[in-house]
Amino acid sequence: MKSYDVVVIGAGPAGMAAAVETSRAGLSTLVLDEQQRPGGQIYRDIEASDATRRGILGQDYQSGADLAAALRGSTAEYLPGAVVWNIDSAKQIDFSVRGGSQSVKAAHIVVATGAIERPTPMPGWTLPGVTTVGAVQILLKTSGVVLEDLVMVGSGPLLWLAATQMIAAGTPPKAIVETVPKARYRAAAKHLARAIPGWRYLAKGFAMIRAVKRAGVPVHRDAEEIAIDGVVAAEAVSFTSDGRRHRIETAHVALHQGVVPNQQITRLMNCEHRFDAGQRAFLPVVDASFETSVENVFVAGDGAGIGGARAAAMRGRLVAMRIAEKAGKPATDGREKLEAALRRDAAVRPLLEALYAPSEDVLSPADGTLVCRCEEITAGQIREAVALGAPGPNQVKSFLRAGMGPCQGRMCGLAVSEIIAAAKGEEPSSVDYYRIRPPLKPLLLSELAAFEPGEAPRAAAE
Amino acid sequence: MPQRIDGSGETLRFTFEGREIAARAGDTIAAALIAAGETTTRASVVSGAPRGPFCMMGVCFECLVEVDGVPNRQACMIEAAAGMTVNRQKADEVAA
Amino acid sequence: MANRTVDLVVVGGGIHGCSAALHAAMRGLEVVVLEKDTVARHASGVNAGGVRRLGREFPEVPISQRSMEIWHRIGDLLDDDCGFQRAPQIKVAETEADLDRLKARAAHLRAMGFDHEVVLDRDELRGHLPAVSDHCVGGLASLDDGFALPYQTTFAFQRKARSLGVRFEENCRARTVERVGADFRVTTDRGVFTSRKLLNCGGAWAGEIARQLGEAVSVEPTAPMMLVTSRMPRFCNAVVGNQTRPLSFKQMQNGTVVIGGGRRGRALPDTNVSELIFSELRQTAETAMAIFPIMRGATIVRSWAGIEGRMPDGIPVISPSSTEEGAYHAFGFSSHGFQLGPGVGEIMGELVATGRTNAPIAPFSITRFTPEAGASGSSPTHSQGISA
Repeated sequence: MKSYDVVVIGAGPAGMAAAVETSRAGLSTLVLDEQQRPGGQIYRDIEASDATRRGILGQDYQSGADLAAALRGSTAEYLPGAVVWNIDSAKQIDFSVRGGSQSVKAAHIVVATGAIERPTPMPGWTLPGVTTVGAVQILLKTSGVVLEDLVMVGSGPLLWLAATQMIAAGTPPKAIVETVPKARYRAAAKHLARAIPGWRYLAKGFAMIRAVKRAGVPVHRDAEEIAIDGVVAAEAVSFTSDGRRHRIETAHVALHQGVVPNQQITRLMNCEHRFDAGQRAFLPVVDASFETSVENVFVAGDGAGIGGARAAAMRGRLVAMRIAEKAGKPATDGREKLEAALRRDAAVRPLLEALYAPSEDVLSPADGTLVCRCEEITAGQIREAVALGAPGPNQVKSFLRAGMGPCQGRMCGLAVSEIIAAAKGEEPSSVDYYRIRPPLKPLLLSELAAFEPGEAPRAAAE
Repeated sequence: MPQRIDGSGETLRFTFEGREIAARAGDTIAAALIAAGETTTRASVVSGAPRGPFCMMGVCFECLVEVDGVPNRQACMIEAAAGMTVNRQKADEVAA
Repeated sequence: MANRTVDLVVVGGGIHGCSAALHAAMRGLEVVVLEKDTVARHASGVNAGGVRRLGREFPEVPISQRSMEIWHRIGDLLDDDCGFQRAPQIKVAETEADLDRLKARAAHLRAMGFDHEVVLDRDELRGHLPAVSDHCVGGLASLDDGFALPYQTTFAFQRKARSLGVRFEENCRARTVERVGADFRVTTDRGVFTSRKLLNCGGAWAGEIARQLGEAVSVEPTAPMMLVTSRMPRFCNAVVGNQTRPLSFKQMQNGTVVIGGGRRGRALPDTNVSELIFSELRQTAETAMAIFPIMRGATIVRSWAGIEGRMPDGIPVISPSSTEEGAYHAFGFSSHGFQLGPGVGEIMGELVATGRTNAPIAPFSITRFTPEAGASGSSPTHSQGISA
């Protein structure tokens, strides 16, 4: 079995930056990424994107091109289309490429699997035509496809960014239905002074909101009781705003309530996690160099807590410096500078977290709302299981099959922890999260049967 | 309706439920389907309810389709190739 | 902080602890169950769910039979169907030699007075398993067995026991057990519990409790691995094992296929961690595809392993303590204890309440591991591939 000093999982900004740096330090580095080209979701298809697309997607998107070029130019081995499905405690990584599985060993692992969008359970969210806001951006980045009559629902910077990109592409959204309660603006304003070092983000934010206004996109504020209507596909979005019920007809709805760390790998590896009240999400516990509670396993980028693409790349470099140091390589300059830049970059976060905290609607969905999309388990069923005495997400999973479908809990996990916590009058930190079991992504039985991890199998049961 | 904003990529063709779909090189199956106005990719294995691509980044597993006879393929993770035969994953094919 | 002295403290909130607590409560005892994690956290909640008499070690057959009677009316006992489905359990023979061994076993059982295991010829096997591979020559079946949902079952035992007044203390590890006068004192993370009787149902962690009672036995922690597929068209209505290769194979009501059968992962009982070993599970995948060619198209969604205790001879300890009167053991079920849960719980309830039982538990005495003790009962040999 091949061994590497460093295996980086994920080729977004954090993974690319980390791999460039570790390979530069002379460490053998392998990058495994599920996508066919580097960039992650934020810089998705950055290499293939032409001038028109880059113009629409904006300056920040373009900055990913340098990182991708640096990865291509580095000595790191880059393996696209590689789906990691297990990592054991000896840091053997099993992954699937083109229908066959193989394994490598890593001295250090950099988990750079970034963020996923927060689950947004609401009536009708499983109807065809309803996607995440991230999905809309990915369509634009990878295929130059824009949806007419798109209604965007929720809150968060990504929603406004995607809206301005749609406008730049000549197809403004039909409406934005924002779920930020009015009182939140005042609460968020308290963080304004501290956010000043992040003025670039603030300026960009205001510019985006202005652009939406200029384009004449109707913005419905303080929306609640949102439902997507339709029988076999989305037909309309209904909601309450300004004291009355609205209904906007559309076949395309994009939902967003912020992004949260993708915990699958760190949970699988039994890294310690904590619930962060500000981000309203579970984060792996990491030290100043983003090393987890499992030695030599690092989390670079949004996976260690949401910080955005710029911070992700900086964290990736910091992780790489620490690994090089642990591996006995000469120290690199610039660590303090990088840490200071990261602190400045994070200044805007408390304001964003306060303003764009997930809406109550998705944190405590009505009893009839589907929470687990795969197994079609409702919020009410989860509450009933708690009433029967099921103490946490794993028991609810065993009892109801919530989180047992092919998405393996990615689309319901946080919501299930929140619902159980609320039903018990506790915090999500005490009810915790699903235990994550391999394979991390579904695997053909025939592929497992043909799996040769490169080591003699352990003696059979007797 | 969905629109293409640019002319990037060569056109290739595959079939979805017998219908010919025009895709651009680099499109995932899911992106090509959405661009062609097809938003329903599978039937729920529990209720049979229609489902379609949701996250487009490989985490929600709503876009499962049958590609060239192999079920449970993620349409958002597989690039469209000329001549592919893609079908919706139907509940009665996978459920009791 | 001392608690009021109760009739019985049960250490361990798996299916055996919960079942014994329920049966003791049904006999009017005041019971506390101490569970170091949460009820059904380990093997009891995450086993393969087989409810199997087929292929039992011979000494287990009578209590397995009794347990099966309870399973067939489990809803009456627990007010919950436990997801129990009647289904044939079938052990498939891939060669004539395998079939001969199965025939010999059936004959031996008949001589013991049990006729629940029947030999299936080539056609009869296909009558039960239309999807079985062409090369399989026959099998051995126990037609009135079945399978159930393990967490739902253990949770149902807990709820029913609780409704009869049993107190469950979860996240409450029994650190020490000792005799104080006529009573037992159990010191936990959360206070001291005293009781007149003590029952050790500690699974993989039971060895330490036994040691503190002066009965050191070796309990090996094991982690039998299982995997589950996404839903498939219905093709199998039986629980299927194999005469020579470890396998436990069943299609659940919802179409998913659960495959286990005894291949073991790494069990780390100190940290509650069980780790899968895919080079082992690979063989499980191979076996499943060899017996059912339709599995070539199956997709694995998840795999897991619960931590379980295994005795050196592969059969459990079901026994009064040999050192402390009023103390009892039911542990070390060696990956095939799920089906026995209802029956052994009934036996332990009787033992605790009355001090005696007519159930044939002599072969499971804890004294069989004491060198000087004359081995009571038979000395069974373990057969490979046993699983719940």
